[in-house]
Amino acid sequence: MLRLERRVDVPRWWTWAVPVASVLAAMVLGAVLIVSSGNDPLDVYRRIFESAVLGSGSLSGTVVAATPLLFTGLAAAAAFRMGVFNIGGEGQFIIGAIAGAGVALRFGESMGAGVIPLMIVAAAVAGALWAAIAGALRAWFKTNEIITSLMLNYIALNIGDYLIFNSESSWRLLEGSGRMFPQGKPIDTSAEWPFSHVGPVDFPFGFWLGVIIAIVVWVLYRRTRFGFEVKVIADSPSAATYAGMRARRTIVSVMALSGALAGIGGASDIGDTRHVFDPKGLRQSGYGYTGIVVAALARLNPVAVVPVALLMGGLNNAGRALQGRDFPAGLVGTLQGLILFCALGGEILARYRVRRVAKAVLAS
Amino acid sequence: MTTSLDMATADATVPAVAMSGITKRFPGVIANHDVDFEVAVGEVHALLGENGAGKSTLSNVLTGLYHPDGGEIRLAGEVVRIGSPREALARGIGMVHQHFRLVPTFTVAENVMLGHTGRFNRRAAEDRVAEIGEEHGLPVDPSAKIWQLSVGQQQRVEILKALERDARVLILDEPTAVLTPQEAEALFVTLRRMAAGGRSVIFISHKLDEVMAVSDRVTVLRDGTDVGVVEVATTSARDLARLMVGRDVVFNADDGQERASVDADRIVLRVRDLCAADNRGRPALNGVDLDLAAGEIVAVVGVSGNGQRELAEAICGTRRRTGGTVEVDGQPTSGRDPREMIAKGVSHVPEDRLHTGLSPSASIEENLVLKSYRRPPISAGPFVRRRAVRRNAETLIERFGVKTTGPTVSTRLLSGGNVQKVLLAREFSAAPKVLVAASPTRGLDVGAIETVRGLLLDASRSGTAVLLITEELDEALALADRVAVIYEGRIVGVVDRASADLTEIGLLMGGGRPPAEEL
Ligand SMILES: Nc1ncnc2c1ncn2[C@@H]1O[C@H](COP(=O)(O)OP(=O)(O)OP(=O)(O)O)[C@@H](O)[C@H]1O
Ligand SMILES: [Mg+2]
Repeated sequence: MLRLERRVDVPRWWTWAVPVASVLAAMVLGAVLIVSSGNDPLDVYRRIFESAVLGSGSLSGTVVAATPLLFTGLAAAAAFRMGVFNIGGEGQFIIGAIAGAGVALRFGESMGAGVIPLMIVAAAVAGALWAAIAGALRAWFKTNEIITSLMLNYIALNIGDYLIFNSESSWRLLEGSGRMFPQGKPIDTSAEWPFSHVGPVDFPFGFWLGVIIAIVVWVLYRRTRFGFEVKVIADSPSAATYAGMRARRTIVSVMALSGALAGIGGASDIGDTRHVFDPKGLRQSGYGYTGIVVAALARLNPVAVVPVALLMGGLNNAGRALQGRDFPAGLVGTLQGLILFCALGGEILARYRVRRVAKAVLAS
Repeated sequence: MTTSLDMATADATVPAVAMSGITKRFPGVIANHDVDFEVAVGEVHALLGENGAGKSTLSNVLTGLYHPDGGEIRLAGEVVRIGSPREALARGIGMVHQHFRLVPTFTVAENVMLGHTGRFNRRAAEDRVAEIGEEHGLPVDPSAKIWQLSVGQQQRVEILKALERDARVLILDEPTAVLTPQEAEALFVTLRRMAAGGRSVIFISHKLDEVMAVSDRVTVLRDGTDVGVVEVATTSARDLARLMVGRDVVFNADDGQERASVDADRIVLRVRDLCAADNRGRPALNGVDLDLAAGEIVAVVGVSGNGQRELAEAICGTRRRTGGTVEVDGQPTSGRDPREMIAKGVSHVPEDRLHTGLSPSASIEENLVLKSYRRPPISAGPFVRRRAVRRNAETLIERFGVKTTGPTVSTRLLSGGNVQKVLLAREFSAAPKVLVAASPTRGLDVGAIETVRGLLLDASRSGTAVLLITEELDEALALADRVAVIYEGRIVGVVDRASADLTEIGLLMGGGRPPAEEL
C-alpha cells in the first residue's frame, strides 16, 4: 500500500524543476495517447512546434494567443496567492470586454487612440466590481467564492448573449449583415490597439501591457505592505487579525485586483484582436479557465505567468493552425489538461513523499 | 499484535530504546550531533536541555518524523529503521506532541480510534476507551467532544491514544507547559504508574523540579550533543542546570534587582466592568475592574479557564467586549479593532504563540515586523523597506538571543523556545505603554526565563504597565507589585506583594471567600 507523507525539507531548486518536469511528463503521457490513436508522436510534436514557433508568422500567432492567457493567468495567480479561489476569470474577462467595447463604441470615433487608456480603465473597473461581488460575499458572509465566482461566470455569459442576440443594444450591429446574423458592432479603427514589430514577430499592445502588469503585480506582492498583509492572511488569519490587519478588506481588494486583471484581458480582446464584442467566440475560448492552468503551472508567480502563457498560447495557436488535416482532434486541449494534471501531481510529489507501507505494519 | 517491544518485558536488562550516534542536520544547523540515548524498561527518563538543544529533534527521529543522517536505533535490542510516526506506533512508540493533534469536533472515543481501519462501532469504542482510562488512572468521558475539554483533559486523550495502541514507549514533549500545577501533579502519578507497569516514558521538560520529581534518570543535551546521563537520586537541580547550560546558573536573580518606582498618579490602563464571552459564546468575563499605573507590574493568577485568556484578548481588542470600558492613558478605546490598541501602545503576548502571535510560514524577519510594517522606518509609503526589515531582525535576534541560522528562516522551523523569543522580541521592542503577557516564560529554559523576567522588570522601569497573566504563583510573587486573583471571570481579590500570603491566594483561586478587608 502507498501512503503520502509530508516532506519536512524541500530543496529550493525544485521551484522551477517541478514545473519543467511536469511539462515533460505531460508530453510523455500525451505521446502514449497519440500512439494509441494511431499517430506518430514525434511527428505530431514536430508539427506543433513548427506551427507554434518555427513557421512564418507562427511566433506572432503564438504571442497573440498568449495575450489573453497572460491576463487571466495573472488574475488567477493574484487571487490564489491569498488562498482566494477566484474561478470567475471567465466572467470578469467578459464583463471587461463588454466595458471595453462599450467605451470604444461610444467614444472611439471622437477620441481616436486616446480612447485606449479609457478602455483599459473601464474594463479594469468593471472586472473589479464584478469580482468584488464574490469577494464581499466571502468576506462578510463566508460564502464559498469558488461557487459564487463560478455562478457569476454564467451570469456574465448570459449578459453577453443578451446584448448581442436578444436585444438591440448599442453593442450589436444593426445594419448590413447584422440584420441577417446577430453580431457585434466593430469598434472604430482608430480605437484598435497598435502592434509593434520586433524582428519578424508582431507584438500586440496588450502583450506588452500584460508584461508590465506582471512585473507590477510581482512588486505589489513582494515589496509592498499590501503584499505583506496578503502573505500573512493567507498563512494564518488569526495572526493577521492579531496584528491589526483588515482581513476582510484585503480579501475584497485581492478579489477586485484579480477581477481587474481579467477585465483588462477583456479589453485587450476587443482592442488587440477581435475589434468586436463576440460572446460566442469568448465562450468557446474559455480564457478564464485556461488562465487557472497557467497560474498553477507558474506556481502563482506573476512573472512566471509570462513564459507559461506563451507556452499555452503556443499550444492553442498550433491547435488552431493544425485543425482538420489528419491532426488528432482535441489533442491540444488534452495536452493542456495533461499539463495541468501533471503540474498538480508534481506539486503533491514536491510536498509529500510517497512511501510503501508493509501490510503487516498497517494491520496492527 | 506482535511487536519487537513485547520481547523487552521478558528481558529487562536490554534497554527498551537505544539510540546511538544519532546525527541529524538541517540546512545550516546540526540539530543532533552523534547523540547516544538509552531508555531502560520501566523507567521515566527525562530529556533536558536549553531551547534549541535538539530535544524535539531527537524525539522526532525516534518517532520516524525525521530520518537521521547517521546513527542507529535499537528497540529491545533489535536494529530498526523507523519510516514514519505510524510505523513507530506500530512498533510501540507513542508520542504526545506539545501541540495536540486532535479533531476538536470529534468525540474522545472517535479521536482515540482515529487511524484504525475497519468499521467504527461507537459503543465498543467508548467502552474500550473507558476501560483503558480506568486501567491507567486517566478518567475522561469517552462521549465528550474534544472542544468541550480542558487542555489537561485533552492531553489525557492524547496519552490514551498512545496507550490504546499499546505503546511500550511514550514520549511527552513538554507536557506540563500547558498544565496547571494540579494537573501536572496528576500527570506525574500517571507516568510513574505506567513505568511501574513496565512501560518506558521519555519526559521532555525545562522545569528542573519536575524532572527531579518524576524521573529516574536524565540525559542532558547541549548544542545538539549529549553531555551526560545522570541518576536523579545522586544529583541536584543545581548540578543539572550547570550541566545543561555549561556554567553556574543564578537562581532568582530578580530578587536583588532594583524595582521600578510606580507612578501611582498616572493610571495607564483602566479597566471597568469588562465583560466578554468565550469561544462558545458563554460569559467568561463578568465585570472585571483593574487599574495599572505606569511602571507597575500586576499579576493575574488563577486556575486556568477562569477567564484569563478572555481578559487578555478583550483588553487587546482581539475579542469582542460585551460590556465595560478600557482606557489607555486616559483615552477610551472602542475595542473593536486590534489595530487601535496597537496604535495606542498596547503590546500583547498571546497564549497561542505559533498561530496567533506569529505567522508560522513567514520568516523570522517578517514576523519581527508583523505589527510595525505599517509605519516608517520599516515602510516607506506603500513599500516595505527590506533593508530596514533585515536590520531590525539582526538587532533583535542578537539582543534576544534567538538561536537561528539566519533571519530568513521560516519561523515554524525554530525550536519551541526560540519561536517564543521571536514573539517576545517583537512585543518588548515596541516600547509599549501597556504590556499584556500571557505566561511569557512558559516553555523557556532556565536561562531564557531569567532573561524574560529581567525584560519584564526593565519594561516596568521604563514606565510600561505590565499585566502578567500566569499560573505560576512563584513567578507572580517574584515579579509583581500586586497580585490579582481571577475566579469565574471576576477579580476576587487584589493583594500587595509585601503582604501576600500564599494560603490566602490559594483560597481565593479556589473560589473561597476572601477576608472582607481585602476586597
Ligand atoms: N525542520 C527543521 N528545519 C530546520 N531547522 C530545524 C528544524 N527542526 C529543528 N531545527 C533546528 O534544530 C535545532 C534544534 O531544535 P529542537 O526543536 O530539537 O530544539 P529543542 O531542544 O526541542 O528546543 P525547545 O526547548 O526550544 O523546544 C534548532 O536550532 C532548530 O532551529
Ligand atoms: Mg522542542
